[in-house]
Amino acid sequence: MNEAARRPASPAPNVSDPEADEAFLDARAYPGARRPDRQRTVISHGLELAVSEWGAPTGQPILFAHGGFDFAGTYDRFAPLLADAGYRVVCWDQRGHGDSAHAALYSWDADVRDMLAVLDSIGPDPIPLLGHSKGGGIAIHLIQAVPHRISRFVNIDGIPSQLNPPDVADHDRTKLLATELTNWLDHRGRAGTKVRRADSIDGLARRRQKMNPRLSLEWLRYLVTVGARHDDDGWRWKIDPVLRPGGFGPWRVVWSLRRMVAMPVPMLAILGLKEEPMGWGTTGDVALPFLPRNAELLTFDDTGHFIHIEQPERVAAAVLEYLS
Amino acid sequence: MTLTRLPHVHVDLALHTLRNGEGPPLLLLHGLGERSPGEVPAEARAWPGPIHALDFTGHGESSIPAGGGYTAEVLMGDAAAALGHLGRATLLGRGLGAYIALLLAGARPKEVLGVVLCDGLGLAGGGREPGSSSVVFPNPEGVAPPDPFALAELARDVRPPDYATAFVRQATQLSGLDQPISVACADRPEWLEAVVLEPGVVETSPEKALAAYAKLAQAG
Repeated sequence: MNEAARRPASPAPNVSDPEADEAFLDARAYPGARRPDRQRTVISHGLELAVSEWGAPTGQPILFAHGGFDFAGTYDRFAPLLADAGYRVVCWDQRGHGDSAHAALYSWDADVRDMLAVLDSIGPDPIPLLGHSKGGGIAIHLIQAVPHRISRFVNIDGIPSQLNPPDVADHDRTKLLATELTNWLDHRGRAGTKVRRADSIDGLARRRQKMNPRLSLEWLRYLVTVGARHDDDGWRWKIDPVLRPGGFGPWRVVWSLRRMVAMPVPMLAILGLKEEPMGWGTTGDVALPFLPRNAELLTFDDTGHFIHIEQPERVAAAVLEYLS
Repeated sequence: MTLTRLPHVHVDLALHTLRNGEGPPLLLLHGLGERSPGEVPAEARAWPGPIHALDFTGHGESSIPAGGGYTAEVLMGDAAAALGHLGRATLLGRGLGAYIALLLAGARPKEVLGVVLCDGLGLAGGGREPGSSSVVFPNPEGVAPPDPFALAELARDVRPPDYATAFVRQATQLSGLDQPISVACADRPEWLEAVVLEPGVVETSPEKALAAYAKLAQAG
C-alpha cells in the first residue's frame, strides 16, 4: 500500500462523492511524498498554529519554515529525506496558512514571533534552521534576535535581490500607484466576507500551476489534498482569503541585505537560477557580496524557486552534508 | 454620543459619533495607545458638521485580536473602513493618527477632504530604518485596552521620509485640493520634516486648517 495513502493526516476528504474520493487517492499517491508522522498545536500568544513533525521523536531536531502561500505539507516530499537520515523535522503552518488559525493581523514581525513560539516548543538547545523563500527571510530575523538558539542556517532561495520579491510581507513601494493602494484597501474592505473559489482537485492544481509553472501537475494535485479542504461544492485552499501576494508598507532590499552580512551563524545559501513568478530573481552575483564570510553558496542552474521540490534528493544530500 | 460597530476583516471597529448634525463630516483619529475622546475636542468645536472618532484595532472599544501583527497600513485600512461608512470626510489625526491620516489622504484622495496633522503619541514611529532584530513579547496578561502588541509594534513601525512623501504626492495630484495636507505639529520627526517641504502641504494651526476645509466642504 502506498505510504502516503496509509497516513491521511490532513482532514479526511468528504467521501460522499466517490469521484472526489478516487481523485483524492490518486492525487495522494505522489511518489516519495509522506504526510507528517505527528501533528500538534502550538499557541502563539493566543493564536493556534498547526505543527507537523517527520522522523523519530528522539532524532536531532531541525526547524523548517515554508514560503509565502505554502504550508508545512509542501515539505512532504523533502522532509522525509531528512527524517530518514535521523532528523526530527519540525515545521509549522504560518498564521493564516494551512491548518493554522486565520489571524486578524499579519506582519513579518508576527511571523517571526510565531516562529519563536514553535522553536520554544522544541526545547532550549540550539538547533539547525531551514527556510525556503519567505521562510528564509523571516528566519534571518529570528536568528538575529536569538542567535544562541540556532546552530546552522540553510536558506533555500530566500535571499532578496534588487528585484521586487513577490511573496514578502512588505514591498518596496516608493513608486506607489494609486490603483495599487485602492486595490489593496478595496480587498481589505471585502476580505472579511470573502471565500476562496471552489474547484476540483485538478482545477485547483491547474490554477496554482500558473504561479508555479515549473512544478508538475501531479505534485500540485498532491498539494491540493493537503492544503485544500473539501466542502460540499468542491475543494478550496485553506489559506486565509485576506492574504494576497505582497502588501503595502516600507521595505528596502538593503535592510535585508544588511542583516544578511551580519549573519551570526554558519549559513548554506541555495539558489535556483531559473526565474519564475514566485521567485526572487536573486543570482549568485547579486547574493555573493552580501553573504557573510561563514556562508557557503550553492547554485542550481537548471532549477527554479522550489529547488527542494524540483531536486529533493540533491538538496537533501547537500543539506545533510552541510549539517554533518 | 453614539457607538457604531464596523466589522472589518476579523476585527470589530468602534466608531463613535461625538456630535450629530447635518453638514460635512469630520473624523478624529487618536494617537498611539489612546482611544477616542469622550467629547468634541476644543480645536474642533467650530466644525460645522457631524464629528466622529474611530478607535483603531486593539484600542478603545474596538476588538483586540490574538497574536499581534500591527502595521500602520493595517490601521490605514481601519480608517478607510470608517471613511467607507461616513463618505467623504475631513480627517484630524493626533500622533500615530496623524500619520495614518496622511497615508489615507494619499490612498483615498477623492474621499478625503483635507487632513490635519497634530502632535500626539506615536508621531515618530520607529524612525526611517528598522533597528536591530528583536522579538517583541509584550505582557500578554494585560487587562484593558490598548492591546500591548499594538503599543509595541506601532512604536517601532518604520517611516521612511520618501515613503511618507509618496502619499503626499498622491494626495496633491489626485485630491483636487490645492492644499490637502495641513501640518499643525510642533514636533517634526524625519518623515514629517520631509512632508512639510512638499507642495500641497501647509503649516498652520488645527483651528485654521479645519476652518479652511470646512469652507471648501460647504462650497461643495
